Amino acid sequence: MTSEPASDAVVCDACPIRCVIKPGRTGSCDRYGNVDGALARLDPLLVLERTQERGGALVPFAARQSDWDGEIVQGADVVVTGAGSGTTYPDYKPAPFIVSSSVAGVDTVTVVTEAIFSYCGVDVKIDTDRHVGAERRLVRARGEAVGHVTTGQYGSQMLSLGGVNHLTGGSKREGMATMRTLLALCSREPVELAVDEGSELVLQAGEPPVINGVVEERMRVGCGSATIGMFAQQWYEHVDEVVVVDDHITGVLSEHQAGRYLDIPATGIRVKGRRSTPGRYFNVAHPGTGWGGTDIEDPLTILDGFDPEVAHPGLTVLMIGTTGEHHAYFVLDDELRPVPAPLPDDLRLSVERITENCEPALTSVLFIAGAGGSLRAGATENPVALTRAVRQMITRVTCGGAPVYVWPGGGITFMVDVTLVPPGAFGYVPTPALVAPLEFTMGRDAYAALGGHMDAIVSLDDVLARPDLRRG
Amino acid sequence: MSGPVAATTPDGSRLHLQHGPIDLIVEAWGEPGGVAEAYRRAWDRFQPLLDELVAELPALRRPVGAGHEPTGSVARRMAAAVRSFPDRFITPMAAVAGAVADEICEAVATGGDLRRAYVNDGGDIALLLTPGESLDVGLVPVPDRPALLGRATVRHDDPVRGVSTSGRHGRSFSLGIADAVTVLAETAARADAAATLIANTVDLPGHPAIRRVPASDLEPQTDLGSRMVTADVGALTDAEVTRALHAGVAEAQRMRAEGLIGAAVLCLGDRVATVSTPVLASAVGG
Repeated sequence: MTSEPASDAVVCDACPIRCVIKPGRTGSCDRYGNVDGALARLDPLLVLERTQERGGALVPFAARQSDWDGEIVQGADVVVTGAGSGTTYPDYKPAPFIVSSSVAGVDTVTVVTEAIFSYCGVDVKIDTDRHVGAERRLVRARGEAVGHVTTGQYGSQMLSLGGVNHLTGGSKREGMATMRTLLALCSREPVELAVDEGSELVLQAGEPPVINGVVEERMRVGCGSATIGMFAQQWYEHVDEVVVVDDHITGVLSEHQAGRYLDIPATGIRVKGRRSTPGRYFNVAHPGTGWGGTDIEDPLTILDGFDPEVAHPGLTVLMIGTTGEHHAYFVLDDELRPVPAPLPDDLRLSVERITENCEPALTSVLFIAGAGGSLRAGATENPVALTRAVRQMITRVTCGGAPVYVWPGGGITFMVDVTLVPPGAFGYVPTPALVAPLEFTMGRDAYAALGGHMDAIVSLDDVLARPDLRRG
Repeated sequence: MSGPVAATTPDGSRLHLQHGPIDLIVEAWGEPGGVAEAYRRAWDRFQPLLDELVAELPALRRPVGAGHEPTGSVARRMAAAVRSFPDRFITPMAAVAGAVADEICEAVATGGDLRRAYVNDGGDIALLLTPGESLDVGLVPVPDRPALLGRATVRHDDPVRGVSTSGRHGRSFSLGIADAVTVLAETAARADAAATLIANTVDLPGHPAIRRVPASDLEPQTDLGSRMVTADVGALTDAEVTRALHAGVAEAQRMRAEGLIGAAVLCLGDRVATVSTPVLASAVGG
């Protein structure tokens, strides 16, 4: 009835059709294929065997017993992730894998799935004081709006990219550009972005940001005022005045609380901008990619001369940015004009120390997604019970085995650092939406109590015995 | 080996049936009790369906001949659909998805008090419409470019109960280069067969940018034997796209003139061509 299959073909026994599948091809269902002469379920399940990854030093079984709190599953030796588990959307069927294992003698269940997230995005933290773009300005990829600049945070600029309004609320091109941007960022690939009336950015999770072609090396040590506070002691008696130039808060040593405490005499320096509290100035310049995140290249432009009643010829002034990258040393001449002079050695030490205290500048990417809707039905017959179990911390949520932060409030909206998720875990569907692994882990009793698909549970050993596993 | 499975959405509105390569979404509208009964009938009919088909597979992979008449009801639907096109190379397999949709749709319709229903077999859709009812069918030409190209509203009075899409990106092979051809016809089985044939004629024979391989090299059991199927399409000029589409449009117009199909939408690259009866002209639109 059927012809004899060629030697390199396999006969699939997943359904009665018994497709003869040649190497590199799939059967008529597209779910099973011939991989190197063996029948394989495609989209292999990714299993992380973390302990072995660390050189085979297995954690003794009993050692965890005291840590076990009976509710939240502690780290098992093997983490079955949702990566490659496959999914349907909407979720009519139980999640692709509902895995049971015994952790310290307690039966646990991990519901492993790949979720399709129409509601998702990334928050990007760019460690830089350079001006990236004004708040609320659009961030574009290939000309399409994919997000916007949000708030400035400590030593960093924040972008919010994606979300349902860009993914599916705009044009098709906008949706696709957004999806590609999110996927690339989540996959730790470099992404080129442009901010309206702002900078050109190259961002890659875990790597230094590139702003207008310049690789950002270091984060600021603190705001201008904080820098004064941190280093006042080291400047004291080596220089008469220090100005730490900062787009947010420019600090002036002699006026600052820290200077007063050290009895540093007034210098008569006049700083442009708006004085907040003594020794702290706002708006000394405009945001930019120059000194301390301002647009200035010549620091003297933020000074408005010196009060002749107070200042004296020979007075020394150190001006420095918040990373130590920019600095200049001046001595007042007889007309009280600052004249550039070589930096004395004992001041050089403090400048180097500022640089030393600046951490490497990185781009960090947090994936934010909501598993509020039908996804939950794949895990339990009563979807809201899963939400409640997560909320009550009976169920632990992970994304590709990585810890997540679950937002308070409705639904299961979580954030995860994409660098902790296994490589290749993120995918997409043309909706457009992102696909990401998601695991719910809880005690077997708790799973039964929330209406879990108990019939669909398979043992961890059976999962590990599958020929199509990919081990991370 | 896994058997047939059925599940409904949590709210019970839709039924999902799967067995091997068959993946069906069924949705019916009517009294709640009537809908539940209809889903039960669909499930009853679905369970033995794949085994019935498999029993006749070798014959169904060959062109219909005078001597052999298939016995299973889905197989007979497949054979009947391709008999409408006696002068072209086609095997009953070209209508398998549509025939399955028709079969399950009939099970849904028989005995129930439903207003309307559809059975979607991976893009091959059978419709049930009672007087005054209509269904909107979205046209998505290319799976990885999921824009809604347009929408066909099929009303009870239209001579259409099947909507089917065929092309280069589906699970089956194509002899042509169309990204997608969607056909509206009397049954899903006939729409399926017609879409396959029209997609085969959207072509540029001998064009160097089109890579073709014998179907049997890819899939030993294919019904297409050693016929050359399209593996890859390189860059084409606008004029070439137009020429290829025209060939498909001519085929679709012949079928429409013979009363075999109601309408067709042909997609290649960014271009879309429509063949439609006046009745359906307003229904098939951007």
